[in-house]
Amino acid sequence: MEALAFVLAFPLAGSLALAFVGHRDVARDVNVAFSGATFAAACALTVRVVSSGPLLAASEEFFIDPLNVFLVALTAFVGLTTSIFSRPYMRVEQDHGTMTPARMRLYHSMYQLFSFAMLVALTTNNMGILWVAMEAATLATVLLVSVYRTAASLEAAWKYFILCGVGIALALFGTVLLYMAAEKVFGAEGGALLWTHLDQAKTRLDPNIITLAFAFLFIGYGTKVGLVPLHNWLPDAHAEGPTPVSAVLSGLLLNVAMYALLRCKVLTDGALRNALAGQLLMGFGLVSVVVAAFFLSRQKDVKRMFAYSSIEHMGLIAFAFGLGGPVANFAGLLHMTVHSLTKSAIFFAVGHATQKAGTQVMSEIRGLIKVSPTVGWGMMLGSLAILGMPPFGVFASEFLILTTAMREQPWATPFLLLALGVAFASVFGRVLPMVFGETSVKPLAHAPALLPVFVHLALGLMLGLYVPPYLIGWYTQAARMLGG
Amino acid sequence: MSHLASQLINLFAAVILMLAFAMLSQRRILSLIHLFTLQGVTLVAATAVVGYVTDQPHLYLSAGLTFVLKVVLIPMLLHRIIQRLDVRWDVEALINVPTTMLIGIVLVIFAFNLARPISQLSSSIAGGTLGIALACVLLSFMMMIIRSKAVPQVIGFLSMENGLFFAATSATYGMPMVVELGIALDVLVGILILGVFMFQIREQFDSLDIRHLEKLKDS
Repeated sequence: MEALAFVLAFPLAGSLALAFVGHRDVARDVNVAFSGATFAAACALTVRVVSSGPLLAASEEFFIDPLNVFLVALTAFVGLTTSIFSRPYMRVEQDHGTMTPARMRLYHSMYQLFSFAMLVALTTNNMGILWVAMEAATLATVLLVSVYRTAASLEAAWKYFILCGVGIALALFGTVLLYMAAEKVFGAEGGALLWTHLDQAKTRLDPNIITLAFAFLFIGYGTKVGLVPLHNWLPDAHAEGPTPVSAVLSGLLLNVAMYALLRCKVLTDGALRNALAGQLLMGFGLVSVVVAAFFLSRQKDVKRMFAYSSIEHMGLIAFAFGLGGPVANFAGLLHMTVHSLTKSAIFFAVGHATQKAGTQVMSEIRGLIKVSPTVGWGMMLGSLAILGMPPFGVFASEFLILTTAMREQPWATPFLLLALGVAFASVFGRVLPMVFGETSVKPLAHAPALLPVFVHLALGLMLGLYVPPYLIGWYTQAARMLGG
Repeated sequence: MSHLASQLINLFAAVILMLAFAMLSQRRILSLIHLFTLQGVTLVAATAVVGYVTDQPHLYLSAGLTFVLKVVLIPMLLHRIIQRLDVRWDVEALINVPTTMLIGIVLVIFAFNLARPISQLSSSIAGGTLGIALACVLLSFMMMIIRSKAVPQVIGFLSMENGLFFAATSATYGMPMVVELGIALDVLVGILILGVFMFQIREQFDSLDIRHLEKLKDS
């Protein structure tokens, strides 16, 4: 209970404090301190939930179970490492003059507010508040994406706002319909939007209303997940914002949107007693994997390329949850974790590399390993990890997803294999000359923060070789809860 | 009494739909803002009538919130924006008016068919108007697609929000208060951010034409 209050209070307090001091030099460290405190509180909360089971708090408005506590811990962790990475990164941007003190203040304050909104979305028990928090997270990131105020970043932010705004408005319509179905079961008083109540009564919800509600919720939250064909905002927002923002967008926000979709899927499965939700997830997931893999090969901008890789992996995760069943759900949860860790590590390395090279165009970044071996290796290993090379965690989860697909939906496997192959060829072919070869990049004035890159990659590696038993227990519980 | 009330609600619903069509065809930005304000007023009236008939006090609060937000604050902000940016000229749509109207009619028929099985299940006195609410959402959606200027796109977005609020009233007597407050806050912050954006876009491109914002493409 106290731990939960602290998990939410630290980022909120941080956002307020940084709104005042965010432009000072010390703000970068304050940002790390608040993120660190949030992470500590999230660890305490995790210990509490692991030792004594699910937690309901504040007159049932908050609900922590194995499914969301692991995402809370992951969100707080990546939030912390990204804030560490953003210290030297933002210092360089400030030296280059792209970030004025006023923009630094906005950036720091919004960074913490964004963490707050995501943590509220994860911990709330109220489907309406979940929507509000998702919209708040969108608004905070819109400001973060446009923080450079260049023509391209304004365009990206406008597109992001309008597309996600429309998407999320449709999710609101879905929430209204969900409330309508729930009200017929519970009556008009409060509690009809509380997920725990809905979960208990899900078999009594009216299937007609729920079908339409899920369609709207799926389009709405699916836009935020970046499922094709609703993905247009994603590459622009990733490419034009500051790199720490790309890292948290890919590593965290997409996961939170997927989480919202999963909560809706559990209710829909219970109410409809058919595979509609799973089939939708599977279909859109597969299309996303294939389309994103082919778009990957056409990219020239390194951040855009990895943004498309995020679409591909979110598609894979959607496909896994669509398959359902204990193994596929387990694999989906594992893939969410390793993708989040690996992709943010890649963005950290890419951030330093683009700053050194002064460009995001891949053909102009050459020979990183000569100037800065650690950044070069970070990028190489990160790319190998995200492409699913064996010792890393992505391989383990992709292997589980593929074997389950072969057993249950054999027709889908060739498409998945083809897409993974295309993605491998295009990403590896681009990253190789960027890392090796003749150099074109200059050393930076400030030492890059490489600790986050290698901590993330090491964790990703560990999850590939050995998943600790408590983590397995945790995933299994969450996978069982997702049913299917 | 309740017969009269349900007639009133149906009337308001019809007015909201008419206004959505009017906005679709309106080319002058100033008139567009007036139409949007009028839609807000109708929404407030409809919510208040539903609240009065069903004796749900929190609907009065919701109506008050809508009034402050959609009738006073947001139109004021929009007026200030178009004054400061001086964009009262006619807006160009990408499709001509008759075609727009025809597509709009198709959308309304689609929405009515989609909502019919659901609205029969509604316990609310205004359940029958769910189709209209959905039609408003789709029409505003279309308005956002066919307009190439920033301000009409934003008005389309807000009008969509109106449709959603009306859906919440007609389907379920409104959402729980805490959710409604959250939504209102998000809308207000969103429109403030969009307002700031418009100034920045104008500074960058010397125009508010969204067609300038099509540089980012996959090469």
